Amino acid sequence: MDQELKTTCLHEEHVALGAKMSPFAGFDMPIQYSGIIDEHNAVRKAVGMFDVSHMGEIIIDGPDAQSFVNHIFTNDVTALEPGCILYGMMCYQDGGVVDDLLVYKEFESGYLLVVNAANIDKDFEWIKQQADGYEVEIFNDSDSWGQIALQGPGAEDELVRYFGLEELRELEFYTFYDLEDEDGGRIIVSRTGYTGEDGFEIYADGEIIRDMWEALLEDGVKPCGLGCRDTLRFEAGLPLYGDELSAEISPVMAGFSMFCKFDKPEFIGKDALLKQKTEGVARKLVGIELKDNAIPRAGYPVELEDGTQVGVVTTGYHSITLDKSLCFALVDSTHAALGTPLFVRIRKRVFPGEVVKKRFYKTNYKK
Amino acid sequence: MSKIIEGLLYSESHEWVKVEGGIAVIGVSDFAQSEMGDITYVDLPSEGDSFEAGEEFGALESVKASSELYCPVSGEVVEVNTELEASPEKVNEDAYGAWIIKVRLSDPAELESLMDAAAYAAIAK
Repeated sequence: MDQELKTTCLHEEHVALGAKMSPFAGFDMPIQYSGIIDEHNAVRKAVGMFDVSHMGEIIIDGPDAQSFVNHIFTNDVTALEPGCILYGMMCYQDGGVVDDLLVYKEFESGYLLVVNAANIDKDFEWIKQQADGYEVEIFNDSDSWGQIALQGPGAEDELVRYFGLEELRELEFYTFYDLEDEDGGRIIVSRTGYTGEDGFEIYADGEIIRDMWEALLEDGVKPCGLGCRDTLRFEAGLPLYGDELSAEISPVMAGFSMFCKFDKPEFIGKDALLKQKTEGVARKLVGIELKDNAIPRAGYPVELEDGTQVGVVTTGYHSITLDKSLCFALVDSTHAALGTPLFVRIRKRVFPGEVVKKRFYKTNYKK
Repeated sequence: MSKIIEGLLYSESHEWVKVEGGIAVIGVSDFAQSEMGDITYVDLPSEGDSFEAGEEFGALESVKASSELYCPVSGEVVEVNTELEASPEKVNEDAYGAWIIKVRLSDPAELESLMDAAAYAAIAK
């Protein structure tokens, strides 16, 4: 099995830093370096960087690129200007989620879709299958790109120092610049991230990414692993495909229907999602705060006081920033209202809690 | 390299036992804490609970995962280190100082099935 694992352009740096490595989405990835709590706090209070080179990049170009992206994507790219980015989902006809992704509207032409590492092959095949009747070219460009996520309140200063470009401060949330290194290598810098803090994601080929990683490391930016990437996104109320969104968990169930534009003439899954939105769904994703420090984990049952199971935990942690035991759970809609008392079964005991807003942590995006 | 202390007994599930008279003091090995990473919660039993050897008596929770604790010997819990409720990180800082429970041995012969430091060193890696 191990020899089949892919590695990113920064693999040697992780090993040299003594990171704990683990397979993730087919890649041998760093889970932590100094420790999840230390890395998590660095991103909340200062600045940290993540190797996210495993993420997939799929390019869609051609005369029908705009209408095709609008066909497969729940959000609306009609008015998306070059240099701007939208978050949304690709859904099946029944409203289940193929993947959640970012769509970058390129300056020249076409769109760059940034998808989850675990879904690259599935997404690419699915996208191609939807293209009948559209004049588009679809490339899986994932192997050409490395990516660093530079995140935290200190990210802007670090980015400006590294590139020597004050203009980077002007970059707005969910927009990007196209830069070139001295050899003409393309560098995309976007003001995006998956932590709830201000931050940037930088895409370039492996060599540029390695140079940048080393320079940022030398400058004192803390390397952060996938361990704290998950604790950070969780606190910020952001979903992880496979846990909070999946073929079984639609954007409406997960509470992300604001990323589904029902005023578009059509998109795959529109009818099913619109039906869910108007008629209601059987299960909804909620946040639960426990009154104890016991930690709810994915798969643990959510119950009523009388022991009836009404749901299941999808992600849970003792929140590092908020010092509370919190989880996302998929529960019967009749028990999903804010303030509803719910109980989580943790090993042999049951712990009381209540439904709270999923965005546990007040995010600090620069808008 | 994780630390292994001579004179303690060890279980395959990485608990250590220190025998003081008829009482077994129980904690987890340095290897176990380093594998888990930052420990954020210790699920403790209550004084007076009784466990069979090999029975689950609680759990350690790190940020990422929970890891069950198994009682290496049979007996009644006579003392619980409640200090760990507020300071679970003590298990990371000093795994052999941060004992978790003390159990009155009901069958001291069970100690013979535990490993000494040398035998444990062979599996703790």
